[in-house]
Amino acid sequence: MAAQDAASARPAYDWPAILKDLAGTAIVSMLLMVPIVSYKSVITQYSLVLEARWGTVFTILGIILAARLLMHLFVWNRPPAALPAAKSSGPAKASLTDRIGPWVFPVLVAFAILLPIISGGDRRTIDLSIYILTYIMLAWGLNIVVGLAGLLDLGYVAFYAVGAYAYALLSTIYFPYWFGDGMLPWAFYITLPLAGLLAALWGVILGFPVLRLRGDYLAIVTLAFGEIIRLVLINWFSFTNGPQGITVPKATFFGLPFSAGPGGFADFFGIEHNRIYYYIFLYYVILILALVTYFVTNRLRRLPIGRAWEALREDEIACRSLGINTTNTKLTAFAIGAMFGGFAGCFFATRQGFVSPESFVFIESAIILAVVVLGGLGSQIGIVFAAIAIMGSFELFRELTIFQDYLPEGTDPVHFRMLAVGLAMVLMMRFRPRGFVTRRQPTVFLKERKAVSGDLVKEGHG
Amino acid sequence: MEYFLQQLINGITLGSIYGLIAIGYTMVYGIIGMINFAHGDVFMVGSVAAFLVILGIGLTGGSGLLLILLALILVAAVAMIVASAYNWTIERLAYKPLRGSFRLAPLISAIGMSIVLQEFVRVNQEGRPKPVQPIVTGGYELMTRVTETGEFIVRLTNMQILIIVSTLILMAVFTILIQKTSLGRAQRACEQDMKMASLLGIDVDRTISITFIMGAALAAFAGLMFFLYYGVTDFFVGFLAGIKAFTAAVLGGIGSLPGAMLGGLIIGLIETMWSAYFTVEYKDVAAFTVLVIVLIFMPQGLLGKPEVEKV
Repeated sequence: MAAQDAASARPAYDWPAILKDLAGTAIVSMLLMVPIVSYKSVITQYSLVLEARWGTVFTILGIILAARLLMHLFVWNRPPAALPAAKSSGPAKASLTDRIGPWVFPVLVAFAILLPIISGGDRRTIDLSIYILTYIMLAWGLNIVVGLAGLLDLGYVAFYAVGAYAYALLSTIYFPYWFGDGMLPWAFYITLPLAGLLAALWGVILGFPVLRLRGDYLAIVTLAFGEIIRLVLINWFSFTNGPQGITVPKATFFGLPFSAGPGGFADFFGIEHNRIYYYIFLYYVILILALVTYFVTNRLRRLPIGRAWEALREDEIACRSLGINTTNTKLTAFAIGAMFGGFAGCFFATRQGFVSPESFVFIESAIILAVVVLGGLGSQIGIVFAAIAIMGSFELFRELTIFQDYLPEGTDPVHFRMLAVGLAMVLMMRFRPRGFVTRRQPTVFLKERKAVSGDLVKEGHG
Repeated sequence: MEYFLQQLINGITLGSIYGLIAIGYTMVYGIIGMINFAHGDVFMVGSVAAFLVILGIGLTGGSGLLLILLALILVAAVAMIVASAYNWTIERLAYKPLRGSFRLAPLISAIGMSIVLQEFVRVNQEGRPKPVQPIVTGGYELMTRVTETGEFIVRLTNMQILIIVSTLILMAVFTILIQKTSLGRAQRACEQDMKMASLLGIDVDRTISITFIMGAALAAFAGLMFFLYYGVTDFFVGFLAGIKAFTAAVLGGIGSLPGAMLGGLIIGLIETMWSAYFTVEYKDVAAFTVLVIVLIFMPQGLLGKPEVEKV
């Protein structure tokens, strides 16, 4: 205490303590890096040999120590800031977000609608946008389960798989068999609702037995279900064609195929055939699907069921004592979340033109979860930015050759992207557990709407 | 009968490995009530570190028995220290600041950490599998039965003996550590009531750190054994092994050490028997199904205490 008083008067450094801390940091860092970083196994012509990389190790060590020393010198020895001062800056910020807040979403939607025109029909831009929008939709779906109802679902990709395989199997095998080939141009439109329903059904089937479980057990069970579904897809060869996957037909513009020649989309509208129309069409399909997800979720939040979800997230026991049927509430959240996953899966299948179990691995669930987490558990706008950030950075990493000069030889910057996602999840939980957009709009209020800063919203408060 | 006996031996070997990993899950859960999702990846770090050391010192199966044993002890020591450093750092950076945060925060952080560990190892060591020539070779033929197609020999390899015996030794050391030492007493106190323990002068943070270190050391040893037994490791082995070990921990009753070992053995046996008598392709499905069934119908496990939900 005495030392701290002295520090507040004039920065006096406790050098022995700092040196001790630095030595400790150095030892732990070396343990972390030797041998995983310092030696790398390399295949030569005859055998495996180790290649030493002490240069990298000492560079990293130097950076860590320097960073820690700087923290000691300039950050950690600062006297704790007076709390009221920090609070007073709160309302000013809130009013700014209050003014901007309502405009963010309409502007985003307008931008999204105009995007194919703005981009001038650039194939890559549209492809990337479709990719991002798919994840936005998936994350909005998962957000219902994780962000609103507070159920951690690590097997969300299973419902995505159900939707994709529903489209693949129905359009290639069952529709031609049941109704003949005439059905095929319409397969996407017929399967889309079916895929959602099937996924929701699976959500209920999987959800029913597990929803009695506590949060973390629930997470692990959903993870297990996700893996079981994937393994069955791989191994049930006669039904799913196993790891080789299924090639699926493309979607049509309400029966008009996107192909050159008479009877196609271009022919019907009297324009020149161009493959880009198909991608623009897909773009608008996923945009509409995502917007439907957004609006449905937003309406649901204002219904009793949505309020029950959020109450459940904050305190399950209190919910039960207030007479909310927690099982039904969880089950609806699970089923509706799964349904949107199914829609997205159906779209994914038609976009890829191919489905295989490889697309539905656990890491896919983790990425969707990361989008939700980085968006700030429950914030729908936050999810848009998180998806753009994560998916955009994936693309960025793919192209980053600047890194290549600094990285040790043979390292692919693509590998760093998941490392960055994982780190972002940890940092997010540590520093911004309620997301970057920390304001929460209460959906129920007595007389006036009071914005509650997310920093104050902890379990059961706010 | 002979076939069954052989599967029993294989199952117990595999189960020992799962049991060693499961102890880490069960101890951490017992004390701070969170699933250390990254624990499977700490196991992976241990096995990759063991691979690098074995390659570094040029250990092969050709050396003398005593030399091999000494070298393996060295390898185990390095792997255990490295994995402990990892788990300690993870706890300090990703879990400790989250105590008192909202319910799902530590688990999400742990999932992030699991991805970080996998990708960290992949970035540094590349994704391809890392093989090793058999080091502990030889074994005993317990039984021979002549059938029409040839003879079926029940084998107990030296590797299996090594795994089972060293697991038993580690378990014994560990039980003594928990039951007899002041450190173990502190751990048990924290498990019962963390706040009360800290009031009584126990350094709770330190105890939690040590728990993570112990769990990591056992997982790293399991990683070494796994690596030697299967002869291959990569950055992804921690995922499946981790889930199976977690299943073992829950099956045995989470928070209970003998339970973790028992659960490990049962999971190992189920997996081996399933592969032997049904289909190999679905062996992981079997393990996951066991996990689901156990969590749904007996979340308190075989040797665990039923948990009372507190407000």
